[in-house]
Amino acid sequence: MWRYIGRRLLGAVPTVFIVITVAFFMMRLAPGGPFLLDRPLPDQIMENLMRVYQLDQPLWVQYTSYLKNIIRGDFGPSLIYRDFTVAELIAGGLPVSIQFGVSALLIALGLGTLLGTLAALYQNRGGDYLVMGVATFGMTIPNFVVAPVLSFIFGIALGWLPTSGWGDGTISYKVLPIICLMLPQMAIITRLTRAGMIEVLRSEPIRTAHAKGLPTRVVLTRHALRGAILPVISYLGPAAAALLTGSVVIETIFGVPGIGRYFVQGALNRDYTLVMGTVLLISVFILLFNLLVDIIYSVLDPRVIYDD
Amino acid sequence: MTQDHIANRQPPTPQGLLHLASLAFAVVLVLAPILAGAQSVYHRGNTGEPETLDQHITSTTYEAHILRELYEGLVAQNAKGEVIPGVAQRWDISDDGRVYTFYLRDDAMWSNGDRVTAGDFVFSLRRILTPDTGAKYANILYPIEHAQAINKGEQPPDTLAARAIDEGTLEITLRDATPYFLELLTHQTGLPVHPPTVQQHDKGFVRPGIMVSNGAYTLKEQIPQAHILLEKNPNFHDATNVSIDQVYFYPTEDRGAALRRVIAGELHSNNDIPDEEVAWVRENHPEILRTATQLGTYYYAVDHTVPPFDDVRVRTALSMMIDREYLTEEITGSGEVPAYGFVPPGIGNYGEPAYASYRDEPMIDRIEKAGELLREAGFGPDNPLQVEIRYNTSENHKKIALAIADMWADNAVQTSLLNTDVATHYGYLRDGGAFNVARAGWIGDYNDPQNFLFLVQSDNQGFNYAKYNNPEYDRLMDEAAQTIDLEERAKILYKAEELFIRDLPYIPIYYYVSKSLVAPSLKGWEDNPPNVHPTRFMSIE
Repeated sequence: MWRYIGRRLLGAVPTVFIVITVAFFMMRLAPGGPFLLDRPLPDQIMENLMRVYQLDQPLWVQYTSYLKNIIRGDFGPSLIYRDFTVAELIAGGLPVSIQFGVSALLIALGLGTLLGTLAALYQNRGGDYLVMGVATFGMTIPNFVVAPVLSFIFGIALGWLPTSGWGDGTISYKVLPIICLMLPQMAIITRLTRAGMIEVLRSEPIRTAHAKGLPTRVVLTRHALRGAILPVISYLGPAAAALLTGSVVIETIFGVPGIGRYFVQGALNRDYTLVMGTVLLISVFILLFNLLVDIIYSVLDPRVIYDD
Repeated sequence: MTQDHIANRQPPTPQGLLHLASLAFAVVLVLAPILAGAQSVYHRGNTGEPETLDQHITSTTYEAHILRELYEGLVAQNAKGEVIPGVAQRWDISDDGRVYTFYLRDDAMWSNGDRVTAGDFVFSLRRILTPDTGAKYANILYPIEHAQAINKGEQPPDTLAARAIDEGTLEITLRDATPYFLELLTHQTGLPVHPPTVQQHDKGFVRPGIMVSNGAYTLKEQIPQAHILLEKNPNFHDATNVSIDQVYFYPTEDRGAALRRVIAGELHSNNDIPDEEVAWVRENHPEILRTATQLGTYYYAVDHTVPPFDDVRVRTALSMMIDREYLTEEITGSGEVPAYGFVPPGIGNYGEPAYASYRDEPMIDRIEKAGELLREAGFGPDNPLQVEIRYNTSENHKKIALAIADMWADNAVQTSLLNTDVATHYGYLRDGGAFNVARAGWIGDYNDPQNFLFLVQSDNQGFNYAKYNNPEYDRLMDEAAQTIDLEERAKILYKAEELFIRDLPYIPIYYYVSKSLVAPSLKGWEDNPPNVHPTRFMSIE
């Protein structure tokens, strides 16, 4: 197992390198630049800026110096938020994003498997239709609709929670964004669990377990769920990466100071260094979570064996 | 201190956090009413996260809103946006309009207790013009003698024609008489920095706990993308008249969310509102909606090097067919003013703009005349004119482009739309890319017609998207720059605008309005064209 993990981690290095390289050059291929926004700058000013931020050098020089800096752990200054380095911005936003992502993921996982199991048990009956109706709704209604509606209902109509903002960072400010972040993931997990569970419930080992007279609760939790949750586990990799790196929509609407917006707005603003920093972070996350998922697989499914 | 702040924000365990958070929440619930009684706190929504709080690197208006609270320049602006004495109590201007002598007040102090001196301003002006500062708006100060050469790196910064005669007297010599120089100094680039702090911390002087400022407020806390907290500066010379103790600036990128926050009473004001919500707010919450005409023009640039748009008849026809009244009433709908001149009405050092002759003609006649012009230029139903409108992605720009395409269709003009993100759009225009018609807008940096008309001078490569090249226009602009008498100068600029409207490098569409949300409990917010609202003149009931 350890050799397997070591091999995977080593294999990740060239992958990250390729991601950095492709992202670096794609960013530069996009027209415009970090200092070209609403109003263009006089040539002299632009030259000064390009020189100060070393954007006037040939692209390959910039590329090699960027690689050198990254190896030393220096992600450079943000080209747009110029009072901060990329590392500072990410260090400030990542804990918030992780906190939101982990909460949303855990709630989505708990509720999703519960609802999915219920739906499978009551397949094609009222309960199933209700759960699947809610799940379909959760998946299809986009965040930018759900978020303002919830914010209006709970913030203005009922007045129970702040409509948005970060305030002092207390829990009341976090409830709505976490719900919005969680809903679509919960819906997907519900559907995956339901499909997996229906399949497993029909399998011979489960029928045997029932025939042996085990109580339904035990059959479900000890035996069936273990098999039924496998598709959910493989979905966790991308879901976790997406949740932990934040959601630009949720962050913008609720004013959450996470890192999701840095990725999207960084790209739109041509904040080269900030985009590179977030790309690097997200790719590392995805690689790690995929590895984690594969390890969980080997624990849950005895048929999966790594190492020779 | 922000750095520490960030470093301290470790990811806590979800459970521990939950406990901690609910505890904190309970404490806040108990304390909130007590605290609220003690302090006057202003929750202020402000467009977006500032790119920087370095007054020499900044470029946006929403940064200016914060910097104006933190610092005071030689001159300041009152609640109406008018120029008032700042650190300079009074000033003399020489007869040729080139030498300004500022007399600084004795009680102007930095937040650490140091006196604000003429030397501080000399240091600050030299700093912004030093090429390696990378100041986006250094050109605002180019009217100062030698400023441009210094910013180009041709001369050392200490050759700048700004000198401290003594601690309290500053003399600035200009290259040419610049009647709007005091207006220029209200821009955030004219704000001073505290030299010892900058020398010690370099770019890091903008951090909370390090920044030393001389305005009504000091920087207390900055959490990127969450808020910036300012606290009243007891060393400010007019501190006794400052009523609000703390100001929270929130980056309200999502304008819909900002609207909900104002309605819910979480914000006292926000400096924008979604266009599509204006009608709803006017209907349901008229007491919070504030609109005011602004010094800005929304326009379509026409490329003068691309046939058939090099033909003035084609450009005039396109302009005539645009029903600006319909656009401002039915599409933008926030009180925007139809634009038939390029310089906004109500601007300083000017009179009425030079309007197009067809301004008062009924649309039906205009469409007919435009059809004739197009026919003369060789276009008609058999040979329709093809136009591509470029615009940067935005619902509002798209609606306007579609409506204009529809208006042009009255004379069989076939219009296609091309939208790109904002960086691509302006990058393309700036680099001299060829186009037919391209959407753009300009908000004045200072209250003077020159700040609008200079856009299409032939040597203005960055801004003259139209590649307009009319020696007569350039000559008039140069002549205006040499003219000290304001009335005489206004006449010359008017002639230039007449040429502008005749040749149409840009087709003006409407004059912008500023749209703000202001809770009735916030007193002292006055609507004004520069859209400047210093907190020091406000109070909360």
